Amino acid sequence: MNINHDLALEAIGLNKVYGSGNTEVIALRNVSLTISRGEIVALLGPSGAGKTTLLTALGLIRTPDTGAINIGGEAVFKDKLLVNAAVFRRRNLGFVFQKANLIPFLTAVENVQLAMEINDATPREARKRAMTLLDYLGVADRAGHLPNKLSGGQQQRVAVARALINRPSMLLADEPTAALDSVRGRQVMELFRDVAHEQHTGVLVVTHDHRALDVFDRALEMEDGNLLFSPTLNHELADAKST
Amino acid sequence: MNLALKDIRHNFGRFMLTALGIGLLLMLVMGMGGIYRGLVEESTLLIDRIDADLWVVQKGTRGPFSEISRLARNVEDRVLAVPGVQHANSFVSHTIQREYRGEPLRLFIQGLSWPADKGEWLPLVAGRNIGQAHYEMIADKSSGLVIGDRIVLGKNYFMVVGITELMSSSSGDAMAFMTRSDAQSVQFDQSAEAIRNERAARSKRLEEIDLGSTNPQLFERIGGESAKIPALGSSIISSVLVNVAPGYDISTVAQKIASWPDISVYTHREQQDLLLRGMVDKSRRQLGLFRLLLIIVSAVIMALILYTLTLDKIHDIAMLKLMGAKNRVILGLIMKQALLLGSIGFVIAYFIGEWLFPYFPRRVVIINEDLIQLAVVVLLISIMSSFLGIAKALRVDPGEVLS
Repeated sequence: MNINHDLALEAIGLNKVYGSGNTEVIALRNVSLTISRGEIVALLGPSGAGKTTLLTALGLIRTPDTGAINIGGEAVFKDKLLVNAAVFRRRNLGFVFQKANLIPFLTAVENVQLAMEINDATPREARKRAMTLLDYLGVADRAGHLPNKLSGGQQQRVAVARALINRPSMLLADEPTAALDSVRGRQVMELFRDVAHEQHTGVLVVTHDHRALDVFDRALEMEDGNLLFSPTLNHELADAKST
Repeated sequence: MNLALKDIRHNFGRFMLTALGIGLLLMLVMGMGGIYRGLVEESTLLIDRIDADLWVVQKGTRGPFSEISRLARNVEDRVLAVPGVQHANSFVSHTIQREYRGEPLRLFIQGLSWPADKGEWLPLVAGRNIGQAHYEMIADKSSGLVIGDRIVLGKNYFMVVGITELMSSSSGDAMAFMTRSDAQSVQFDQSAEAIRNERAARSKRLEEIDLGSTNPQLFERIGGESAKIPALGSSIISSVLVNVAPGYDISTVAQKIASWPDISVYTHREQQDLLLRGMVDKSRRQLGLFRLLLIIVSAVIMALILYTLTLDKIHDIAMLKLMGAKNRVILGLIMKQALLLGSIGFVIAYFIGEWLFPYFPRRVVIINEDLIQLAVVVLLISIMSSFLGIAKALRVDPGEVLS
């Protein structure tokens, strides 16, 4: 298999089935997609369409049944895992979820630096980069606060900083603005766009929010486990960009 | 980054409350060991203090602390005649219970061979030794008696002239020391009618034996106390304590005395063993089993606490796993907390015990050897009880972050 090293992510023919017999649910049907470095892609679709399953498959959290996944120019899955999932995740992937999922007993900066310390960085080195990222994301002044002292938007920015600290090839976000109001939600989406463009990271965002479509380079839609190219959606995206 | 300490700092109150609970439990384990040590120390205290080389007791019995031993008082004189015997003192001991100031008062009375033994070997913390042949006593502090107290024992008042500390019997009763004759008069105290009968019997006995005709003045003393007419009073003692002269072999002297058909002889060490293997043994095993049960209960409770603490952090652990944290990071988080919980619990147990144990009615003796042993047990409990939490944590699916 030829691997395109310019791509942040390449998925080929992913299939995933939950249950069997009467309870069988096909979550992914021959799903293929590519995301370039520096590209931000929206993944939309109704509940139960398979968006989260696709995200967890691409994040090596729950492996697909068949198919192939290349991330950052490295083959990580071909009908079976080819790498140590935990090690690969900490070095190459960043995650942001609907809830920030910050460790409640660590301050904002500690939450961010922990991700880098886990990746064998020294505490001093990790703290320096964590502060740089918090500064970049506009929450440096909240660095010493525990998560329960931060607003939802601030928590999500800290979660983004944590996802970025190891300079991942891919950033995977699952409805990261669902718990935020429209203004803060848009700010976070713009943040993802800036991260993608400025740090040349591939970003895939699962979202229901059509109001911030203009920040994405491309939009994909899922339905019943199929990944569709939706002309309607991309017209909507083009319209949003032009206004 | 030390996640365990950060978590503890964040939930400090809850952690310390948990450690306090563990500490109280460990204090009970520590206390059980201390009660056992106290029991052994109290049991052997008198034997050690008296420091006799040989204990001469009634034939076939195991000595005054294990069972009733009755010897004629002249055994003391017979023993003194054995080559190699430096000192021989008769020993009387028995327990009494009286009312004093409306409270029950139990005393383990020891008779001293006054005037040879005035109780100089006793650890006095107040007052003085026995200074006269009758009606003075030295009592242990745990009896609640103080210098100058006058207490009725038998038909006489006894004044407390000295106070000892930490002198209790194996059953925890405070010791009291008086002259042997006083101890006997207390032991064989009888009702007025019984005394009248005894006087009549004495008179009759005197008439029938040579002593009556050779010492007619004894008839005038028939009405006196038994203690004051040893020739006629009860001559029963519990045992005779022997010290062997320097240069003589203790076992040789013991063999010589043991050849008499009416007595048994035990060395200092044998008397100790008899006490520990006999009287104290069941209590010791009972305490040991109870201690073991408490250790098991502590281990189960610690395991459940650590498991619950782990369950509280399942989402955070899932996030750590999603971030690719190594197992040792997660294992360290739980294990360090377990060790800290155990260590802090141990320290709390020690200090609460130090403060509380002196108020216990029986002695609680905590020795370094037991503390080290318990520390090792706590360490093992901490490690083993964290396994349940660790097993749960290692099974956590990183995908739980999404739930």
